[in-house]
Amino acid sequence: MTELLKVENVTKAYPGVVANADVSFSIQRGEIHALLGENGAGKSTLVKMIYGLVRPDKGQMTLLGQPFAPAEPRAARAAGVGMVFQHFSLFEALDVAENVALGMENPPPMKTLAARIRKVSEDYGLPLDPARRVGDLSAGERQRVEIIRCLLQDPKLLIMDEPTSVLTPQEVAILFRTLRQLAAEGTAILYISHKLEEIRTLCDEATILRRGRVVATCTPRERSAREMAELMVGTTLTPPARRNRPLGAVALEVIGLSVASPIPFGTSLKDVSLRVARGEVLGIAGVAGNGQDELLLALSGEVKAPRDAVRIDGKGVGDQGPNARRALGLVSAPEERLGHAAAPDMSLVENALLSGVVRKGLTKRGFIDWAATRIFAEGIVKDFDVRTPGTHVAARALSGGNLQKFVVGRELSQSPGIIVINQPTWGVDAAAAASIRQAILDRASDGAAVVVISQDLDELLEVADSFAALNEGRLTPPRPVEGLTVDEIGLMMGGAHGMEVAHHAH
Amino acid sequence: MLRLEKRASPSAYWQAATPILAVILTMIAGGIMFALLGKNPVDAMRTIFLDPLFNPQFASYSRPQLLVKAGPLILIAIGLSLGFRAGIWNIGAEGQYIMGALAGAAVGLAYYPTEAWYIFPLMVIAGALGGWAWAMIPAILRSRFHTNEILVSLLLVYVAENILASMSIGLLRNPEGGGFPGSRNLSQYPAAANPELIAGTGMHWGVAAAFIAVIFAYILLQRHILGFHIKLAGQAPRAARFAGVNPGALVILCFGISGALAGLAGVFEVAGPAGKISIDFNVGYGFTAIIVAFLGRLNPIGILLAGLLMALTYIGGELAQFMLGLPAAAIQAFQGMLLFFLLAVDVLSNYRIRLGAPKVVKS
Repeated sequence: MTELLKVENVTKAYPGVVANADVSFSIQRGEIHALLGENGAGKSTLVKMIYGLVRPDKGQMTLLGQPFAPAEPRAARAAGVGMVFQHFSLFEALDVAENVALGMENPPPMKTLAARIRKVSEDYGLPLDPARRVGDLSAGERQRVEIIRCLLQDPKLLIMDEPTSVLTPQEVAILFRTLRQLAAEGTAILYISHKLEEIRTLCDEATILRRGRVVATCTPRERSAREMAELMVGTTLTPPARRNRPLGAVALEVIGLSVASPIPFGTSLKDVSLRVARGEVLGIAGVAGNGQDELLLALSGEVKAPRDAVRIDGKGVGDQGPNARRALGLVSAPEERLGHAAAPDMSLVENALLSGVVRKGLTKRGFIDWAATRIFAEGIVKDFDVRTPGTHVAARALSGGNLQKFVVGRELSQSPGIIVINQPTWGVDAAAAASIRQAILDRASDGAAVVVISQDLDELLEVADSFAALNEGRLTPPRPVEGLTVDEIGLMMGGAHGMEVAHHAH
Repeated sequence: MLRLEKRASPSAYWQAATPILAVILTMIAGGIMFALLGKNPVDAMRTIFLDPLFNPQFASYSRPQLLVKAGPLILIAIGLSLGFRAGIWNIGAEGQYIMGALAGAAVGLAYYPTEAWYIFPLMVIAGALGGWAWAMIPAILRSRFHTNEILVSLLLVYVAENILASMSIGLLRNPEGGGFPGSRNLSQYPAAANPELIAGTGMHWGVAAAFIAVIFAYILLQRHILGFHIKLAGQAPRAARFAGVNPGALVILCFGISGALAGLAGVFEVAGPAGKISIDFNVGYGFTAIIVAFLGRLNPIGILLAGLLMALTYIGGELAQFMLGLPAAAIQAFQGMLLFFLLAVDVLSNYRIRLGAPKVVKS
């Protein structure tokens, strides 16, 4: 193997935070190299520098022995660096070939391009029809569009940012096969993730970052997932304690719920039914974009349904708004923190009022009791270890993980009877994630019925008693978690989307 | 090199300081403009800002004009600011002002020449209802059919102007007016008049209503859950839905309040300072109030001050035209600068200016 990319003593600081400090590592040709770290460890900044999106303050990079300092992504692509982002930059109203053409400097005629897309997709086992509209593709298929866009430029180094967060286990297997094939042909892959088992199966080498610094390098196959996790977090981890909970009466019942998605290109819910008893945690898995947001909206009351499609303690509430449902004990926490669960420019006190007003009785005849609201907000900050200078700061000033703690804490602090929560630990560090999961389990022990929607299977298996999956807006019948295998979970999540392109029907 | 750096939280200090800074910058830039026109800038500023209040010769006339002009501006701007905060854009206050005046005047004229205590209160109610009803057209179209409320409310201004013209030569024309357009003079019909309450101050019922509206809006926004929901809907519409706000109902409510307040301004004007319905009854209060609302940062107290300031530049501007011979266009440009600088320095409340290249922060 020869050295492809060498990064030496790279430092990048933003006001108030050092994203990367003296980072050095190197990648060989044909190597699959993992970049491992928690959210905020500096992985994204590092790859953005390699891809020319951010310029380092100090340090240098060499690509194939030549100094490498791309001023913009175009320069990086010209030098042979391709990147597949976690969030896709695709136009949903255009077809696959058009989207690929938009990302190229000199796109060939459409017919030639379509033929090349077909060839690359067959060569690398990534089935994709160039004529299909991106809006109709699953997340896994969209990712293939991005990968093929990179592959058409014959990259020497392919950067993949958290590629598996939107895939089913079967799709992950397909992706890994493709990546191994690419590596065998000499392409180096820089693979960013915090999923340790994946890295152990796929990667040759790993560089572990913590707080912007390289804390270790290792060969993942020779280490256990736990060892790597502790390197990543810097402390030892304890999984949440499960108590044996007797199940109570059914608190939340959904019967034949079908609602159109209010989100453009969203997924409508089709005939969804579920029941959750007091003390039970129902985990709902699914690849992103299969109706998770819509299910949360329909349960929280932001999207209305026929009265008897949603019942709280036997009472039909489908036609009631969020506050009527809160009054009956249902609290919810949407996935998107800024702009949905919280108003970015409002203070934490105001954000505490936002959803706490009903159950905490923070108004008298419509007049706000600011003193009580402040006490409520301070309680959340204290109980959920929200790191903030005070409750007067704007929500947007908090880091993603801290805001998540605040938002989840706000809902869990309202002595809820039913909790509906989407992506409870998204973007939260491992220690905080563990405490949020523990808090959810504690509420269940106290007799709350809980619905956790998550794309993190490990999380669901850790907290849930029963398990269901959303696939194109349909919910599988819930099954007990005990005895479920990963293969069965994968099939519940819809197997591999679009594996048989020819008879993919909607 | 100058750079803008986003503040973590909006700066309360700069939010309060930017309007003052904008006024100062306007004075500097306006002074340069007046100097280029060959006028002494210090004289011009004194004529615009001080003479209307303190000039021994003119102040007795222009001082009451301050409240007469500020009253409707504040009353309308308070209503508009609620909608603007919620991201609901009522640009048609001028039309609602006209329709309020027409409705109120029609009630008054219908009773002419009866003398009874209840006529003026009935006119006030009719005026509020007239403005409210006119505002309901864009509001219902938006909440039911998702039309663009900016266009509909704006275009309805021109419809209202045509109704005004038709009324002043038709239905509401003074039968003893010798065929001239325009209604009877309500200010000379005691049961319907909106007189100056304290002689020499310009204070009339409309100004009183404006002050009351300021107080109510302040309490609504600071202390009431409805005000919180209005702010929330403007800043984060999805979070507002999560908080249980019904967007359609909010549109109806905000348009209703702003329409009713604009209608009130109209009826107080027609029964008081203007006196009668005429083809050129409306002078643009409904549009200027939009500027006043933003100049006051959509804050009730700010709007109170901005309305007074705006009225002052109008009166002072007129005075400068006739004392110093400044062209009317220069006065309008001066007023335009005020809004321009206000919006320009607004960036300081969310960003800070840094000199030099980004520095590495040592950890």
